[in-house]
Amino acid sequence: MKIALMVTCLADALFPDVGRATVRLLERLGHDVAFPEAQTCCGQMHVNTGYQQEALPLVRHHVEVFEPYDVVVAPSGSCVGSVRHQHAMVARRAGDEALAERAEAVAAKTYELSELLVDVLGVEDVGAYYPHRVTYHPTCHSLRMLRVGDKPLRLLRRVRGMTLVELPAADQCCGFGGTFAIKNPDTSTAMLADKMRHVLSTGAEALTAGDASCLMHIGGGLSRLRSGTRTVHLAEILAGTS
Amino acid sequence: MTTHLGMPVVAPRGVGHLRGDRSFPAAAKDALADTQLRRNLGHATTVIRNKRAAVVAELDDWEALRRAGEAIKTATMARLDEHLQRLEEQVIARGGVVHWARDANEANRIVTDLVRATGQTEVVKVKSMATQEIGLNEALEAAGIEAKETDLAELIVQLGGDLPSHILVPAIHRNRAEIREIFLREMPGVDPELTAEPRRLAMAARTHLRERFLRAKVGISGANFGIAETGTLLVVESEGNGRMCLTLPETLITVMGIEKVLPTWSDLEVFLQLLPRSSTGERMNPYTSAWTGVTPGDGPQAFHLVLLDNGRTAALTDPVGRSALHCIRCSACLNVCPVYERAGGHAYGSVYPGPIGAVLSPQLTGVEDNASLPYASSLCGACFDACPVRIDIPSLLVQLRAAHVDANRGRRVPTPEALGMAAAAWVMADPRRFANAEKATRAGRLLGRAAGRITTLPPPLSRWTASRDAPRPPAETFREWWARERGGRS
Repeated sequence: MKIALMVTCLADALFPDVGRATVRLLERLGHDVAFPEAQTCCGQMHVNTGYQQEALPLVRHHVEVFEPYDVVVAPSGSCVGSVRHQHAMVARRAGDEALAERAEAVAAKTYELSELLVDVLGVEDVGAYYPHRVTYHPTCHSLRMLRVGDKPLRLLRRVRGMTLVELPAADQCCGFGGTFAIKNPDTSTAMLADKMRHVLSTGAEALTAGDASCLMHIGGGLSRLRSGTRTVHLAEILAGTS
Repeated sequence: MTTHLGMPVVAPRGVGHLRGDRSFPAAAKDALADTQLRRNLGHATTVIRNKRAAVVAELDDWEALRRAGEAIKTATMARLDEHLQRLEEQVIARGGVVHWARDANEANRIVTDLVRATGQTEVVKVKSMATQEIGLNEALEAAGIEAKETDLAELIVQLGGDLPSHILVPAIHRNRAEIREIFLREMPGVDPELTAEPRRLAMAARTHLRERFLRAKVGISGANFGIAETGTLLVVESEGNGRMCLTLPETLITVMGIEKVLPTWSDLEVFLQLLPRSSTGERMNPYTSAWTGVTPGDGPQAFHLVLLDNGRTAALTDPVGRSALHCIRCSACLNVCPVYERAGGHAYGSVYPGPIGAVLSPQLTGVEDNASLPYASSLCGACFDACPVRIDIPSLLVQLRAAHVDANRGRRVPTPEALGMAAAAWVMADPRRFANAEKATRAGRLLGRAAGRITTLPPPLSRWTASRDAPRPPAETFREWWARERGGRS
């Protein structure tokens, strides 16, 4: 299957390993990965901060870039959530019904990584090897916006050599929330403190999740504490081999 | 958006409790530092959250009930005027008097005049959000009338000279030891040997209140529901204090927000299943009181219904925002909210705290008077999942943020944030500009050169690095790697 990679602006600029791992994983499973180089950003930060007018050109650009492809994948529940739940809304609010319908068509073929693997490609054992003690944080938008359910866990349980430990209060937000972390830094940090306490209680070497943004937040806190616990994206674990 | 005949109006300033005097981040900062508050809130919300989850899981048709609740509310709001007129006709036909209050000032004046007409200087109150919203107790006090709260938690708040911090459990921010101190300090004739044992505290409040119930001539309540087809009002409660206030006095005055009307009794069936499980985590609440007009020789012989707008019609004009009016005040969204759990209710500055408050308060007051509230959420979505009438609170928050930004577009000097967002959008709308910006970001590598991480950034990103490290930009972006590895293959 030919799959277009929506790498996300965050992974592109700051976490390229996440994009490389996604490519490596999908190619190992026998698929052809395309990277539409004109892609930029889905506009979620603008929409979630109230700048819907500014997000409109980004939505239009995203639709134009990904419209030609049959299947689009992003290693981010949050960015797929934006495509699926916000793009048509932004277009309609601006009175552009034609764009809204095109955005809905693109959204219908856009998948978060675990959705693509389990639902579309029908695999749970991706042949990965990752010899570490790992705990999994189900990010809010994967969990409650996309309803990915236990798909990431089903993939992780089949990884060889890995000890998967349960994260207490896993469904609680880490406090990132995009610009929330900047606009409400104290509340955000209080939420982060509890998330880190739970992560550290598992004794895991690494925390994984399907979103580089949440991992940047929790990882930034764990790094500040010199906790010795690192963060690793789901794609990086699934791409690992012996 | 159209307005007509001077309506709709937002809730006026200077009266009631819909606006805080500080922004959410500033108020939350202080609350977060209060370790006792953090412990009280964390404990209480976790207990209620777990109780709710257990009783909701018992019902196979919970999702169907939620959808039914949503559908009934949506349909009712679409013909709110008709249902309210029907309610009015029925209340009048059964011996009640109906008053229409455009805002908090009108409602307070109506109620004050009604109490004055009875010649009484003391009233007993059933716990009511609407009367807290309009600041009725303060208005009555200014007229020389003492309003006595009879709900245990409201009593704790009133005796403590405090403000409610939760819709259902107004004293959630207090623990047993604090409640004992308040009672010992403020409750006349209290046993000085009072302990912090819940039963002893409840008995002390009971003794204190009993005498008030028996001598009260005027009762004031809110209403959980008003049934249009028969003109019946309902209060759903746990303690029985409401039943006392609704039946013992000679005069009963009910202040009800106009969105509380339901067309028929069969609609109520759905909500009496949704509300107790969502609020107290019970299958059924202990007391449900319903009254219809006046019944000769039984209960209050004078009944007044005050229908309150106070910004509700303004909210109704917003096709997206109006769903906030579907709220049945269960508090499930507060109890699951990670922001509420940590910052507490007072940080919201309104009697409606938590996620629902963050979308309701700005609509009742106009978004610019509560501009920080729509941003007081990480958009984690737990509130939407818990809401018994499926109010999509995260989407409402996003729309209110847009309303705030749009309201400030006319400013002569744009905010730094607005400039930054416009610049970012300009960069991101074009792949070449975006790639160049990524290259510029690489200068950030210098910052993290020594440690491999960035511990300090300039404002506003300093608010990030105050408590978290920032990632060091990589030597090569993904798109550069792709071009190098797979050049030309896209």
